[in-house]
Amino acid sequence: MILWFTLTQVVVAAAAGVLCIVLGLAGRRPSDLTVGALALIEVLLIAQVVMGIVAPMLGNSPSGNPLEWWVYLIGALLVPPAAVAWALLERSRWSTVVLGVGALAVAVMVWRMEVIWTVQLA
Amino acid sequence: MDADMTTAPRRRITGIARVLIVVYGVMALAATGRSFVQIVGEFDQAPLAYSLSAASALVYILATLALIFSRSAVWYVIAWVAVLFELAGVLVIGTLSIVLPDLFQHPTVWSLYGNGYLFVPLVLPVFGLWWLWRNRSGGSADDTADTEAEVAGSTW
Repeated sequence: MILWFTLTQVVVAAAAGVLCIVLGLAGRRPSDLTVGALALIEVLLIAQVVMGIVAPMLGNSPSGNPLEWWVYLIGALLVPPAAVAWALLERSRWSTVVLGVGALAVAVMVWRMEVIWTVQLA
Repeated sequence: MDADMTTAPRRRITGIARVLIVVYGVMALAATGRSFVQIVGEFDQAPLAYSLSAASALVYILATLALIFSRSAVWYVIAWVAVLFELAGVLVIGTLSIVLPDLFQHPTVWSLYGNGYLFVPLVLPVFGLWWLWRNRSGGSADDTADTEAEVAGSTW
């Protein structure tokens, strides 16, 4: 993985998560802004898929378990569409909070992926 | 229950319950992913811990579904069982992982009371039980009021 891109993803996902939870608790329904934030996260994740395939070919291989890394990435890819689907099905303020929880989960998962890729404790 | 569903549809899934369901969903995803990796990659290293991982993943999936469908009486009971199972799991495995660390060298979702997951596995069942207890008599009046207020106060 490339550290600056990881940090970009984590910051975007965490910021989107906080934004959605604050707006949701303030009573806003899902909007272009909050759904768009999740769409942005998904785009970054798809870019991460491409980088995950290309990086090892260029000599940047994961030092940890590649299977574990991919399971995290595929899991993370599922989260924004699921949260957005919920927001489209049920447009209440709690759906905005749901978007935020999903975004925060992606932030944690991407950070965990960076750790799997680079840091080996054993 | 069927009559209740036609007159007051989906009133058990309100407010905080939605967030609860989503956090359960995320935990189900995390536990499933982890146990998949453990079982495919290195099952023979720690069959007990990894079987528990798989079991916890299945129960998280079950609990998520049960909460979503908790309007139905059957799923409501399943939700109780699944959430109680989880609470027991995190308490028993969490304690065992401290008392008998040899058995649990390889992590499960429940090891050390779920500290690898920010203690979410420990807190979540308590919230789940609280919510199930509060909604034991079917859709309550304040839930309906909450929804009406949401619709009236909507800005979008």
